[in-house]
Amino acid sequence: MDFELTELQADLAEGVRRLCQGRFPLESVRALESEERVVDRAAWRELAEAGVFGLCLAEEAGGAGLGLAEAALVFEELGRALLPGPLVATHLAAGLVDGADDGSAVVGLVERPRAGSVAPVVIEDLADLDALLVVDDGGVASVEPASLEATRLDRPMDPLTPLWTVVDLPAGTPVGGPELAAWWRRDGAVLTAALQVGSAAWTTELAVAYAKERHQFGRPIGGFQAVKHLCADMVVRVEVARAAVHAAAVTVDQPEVGDSLVAAAGAKLLADEAALANGRSCIQVHGGMGFTWEVPAHLAYKRARVLATQFGTDGELAESLAASL
Amino acid sequence: MDLRETEAERAFRQSLRGWLAGTLPGLPGKPSPDDWPGRRTYDTHWQRLLFDAGYAGVDWPVEGGGRGSSPIEQLIFKEELERAHAPYVGVNFVGLLHAGPTVIAEGTPEQRQRYLPPILRGDEVWCQGFSEPDAGSDLAAMRTRAVRDGDEYVVTGSKIWTSHAEVADYCELLVRTGADDSRHRGITWLILPMDAPGVEIRPLTTIAGSTEFAELFLDGVRIPVANRVGDENDGWRVTMVTLSFERGTAFVGDLLEAIELLGETVTVARRTGAWDDPGVRRQAGHLRAELDALWALTKRNVSQAARTGVPGIGGTVFKLAYTETRQRLGEFSLSLLGRAGLAADDVVGLDGLGVLPAATMVEDWLRGISLTIAAGTSQIQRNIVGERILGLPKEPSPHKAAAPAGKGEPWTSS
Repeated sequence: MDFELTELQADLAEGVRRLCQGRFPLESVRALESEERVVDRAAWRELAEAGVFGLCLAEEAGGAGLGLAEAALVFEELGRALLPGPLVATHLAAGLVDGADDGSAVVGLVERPRAGSVAPVVIEDLADLDALLVVDDGGVASVEPASLEATRLDRPMDPLTPLWTVVDLPAGTPVGGPELAAWWRRDGAVLTAALQVGSAAWTTELAVAYAKERHQFGRPIGGFQAVKHLCADMVVRVEVARAAVHAAAVTVDQPEVGDSLVAAAGAKLLADEAALANGRSCIQVHGGMGFTWEVPAHLAYKRARVLATQFGTDGELAESLAASL
Repeated sequence: MDLRETEAERAFRQSLRGWLAGTLPGLPGKPSPDDWPGRRTYDTHWQRLLFDAGYAGVDWPVEGGGRGSSPIEQLIFKEELERAHAPYVGVNFVGLLHAGPTVIAEGTPEQRQRYLPPILRGDEVWCQGFSEPDAGSDLAAMRTRAVRDGDEYVVTGSKIWTSHAEVADYCELLVRTGADDSRHRGITWLILPMDAPGVEIRPLTTIAGSTEFAELFLDGVRIPVANRVGDENDGWRVTMVTLSFERGTAFVGDLLEAIELLGETVTVARRTGAWDDPGVRRQAGHLRAELDALWALTKRNVSQAARTGVPGIGGTVFKLAYTETRQRLGEFSLSLLGRAGLAADDVVGLDGLGVLPAATMVEDWLRGISLTIAAGTSQIQRNIVGERILGLPKEPSPHKAAAPAGKGEPWTSS
């Protein structure tokens, strides 16, 4: 057993971090705020070239043949950079939807509400999508995005996640059965959790940097225990959630070490909480400035809200964990 | 990242499991918690069995007489012992986990030869004299004074929270040898024989009703200079050297016990019907996620220790998270017991079908309250994370002219 990152894994994460810093600095991401389309096609292809979408695809299918552990490390970096667009869905669709793996297709995903549910269907990034995959217990179906009669929501919470609603979600063309749906939900939960860990780590660094630089009462506010302890709790949430996410990803790759469904649910539950609580704490540490649009803390917090509704909500995840007891 | 065991790790686990299966049924019955002589006999007998089987000091280096196991083997060792419900380290705790390692690292050859083998064999028991009534979180404020008189130190003062004092043979004692205001720079590490004249032990009763620890009064106690480990006034460093000795496995037994307790709590919820309540199920599910994550974090810390020799920041982070999760688990189990949780006695339900295990749950809840206090309060741990890991400035100190900026590696996401 060695639960530390291999050299290859550390290099991979480092490479994606550099790519994000160079190609997706916060200013360029923020330039997309409130746009109808948030995917820059050229940049999306660069992500594909870096392996983001084809990472877990077998080598003979044109992928990198790596595991979910490597993908989780990559997605943590994407989450830290607040990258917009349907990253997880396109990764899952690689090998199933033409062009998903090489970045020429942008693929979205939405859960079909259970029969009888009156919950509205909210779809992210619709204007950017080349394909929309609809998941339910019975399987996965592909729906033509342009065919949907969709209404764009004027005021999406996350300015980098444009939203639409539809009142009718056609059956679409089946692309996989219940097994594919279960597999996607599990891997989607792990990768979304990885995005959340990245966000939680980033808001921690943002808060700590501000706590060192902002002076009140003649000294940096980070010297006061009231602020210092907020920051310490942020670190604890990141480290615990990250261990859970890494363990879940490794358990998917190495099924003999545990129950991957339980591990994935636990990881998503804790990572959602870490991203939400750290986003909130980051705003608090910034004080009044944290409540301004200018300081990016709110973007991470709002994104965390969006991601917390995907691949299992807190209640659903906790229930599925309870069922394992 | 690989969570699979190597062949060697599996073989170690299998042979240990076999030994435990053959040995545990032959153990005598457990003594009552307040029967200290009985506990000493029980715990040291167990230590002797470990010694005879070659499992004493799995985490001690070979040059100290230990097994010199890798951190991964230490993890497996503690995991298997807990899963088999083997005895805890008990009264051997200070000797095996702190005093012994300190003597290994800082003692003279004579001191190592004299004190280490009896710890490993379970022949001698140690206790710890660090904290004082006025030196708790601020340990460097300790005032117990040692005055040199020829080849002896004459020690006067008092210590507190000394576990197992009544049955200990030796005490690892920190004393003030420097000026009153010398703080970290004027402390010395001594080996105190507990039968020395002038040592008085006064047991303290905990909120759980147990006598886990004692107050220690020292009145002109004479300790040979030969009992000093390390140089005079260098005791703070000597003490800190062994703090990194524990390779991220300190809470392995506790954590696995908590996972088992969660299972028992769910059993209670199913029996009482509380499990029909989604709120109860979700709390249980959440605790499962937390405990699983902490088990993963343990493996992360141990893996880091295997590579670098120390568990890094993980130990502090783990303690903060684990202790609070454990307390929530205690509150959860108590709330499920309802009025059956008002006494530390097992109670038969009205259905007459069986006993609710209230005794262990109530005791566990009470004991759990100490977790965020002992070995550095959670507030002190948060300062450590803030200052040493995040590099935030220290609080203004009355002992220094100006508060220096905190040092430490900048914390990053990986």
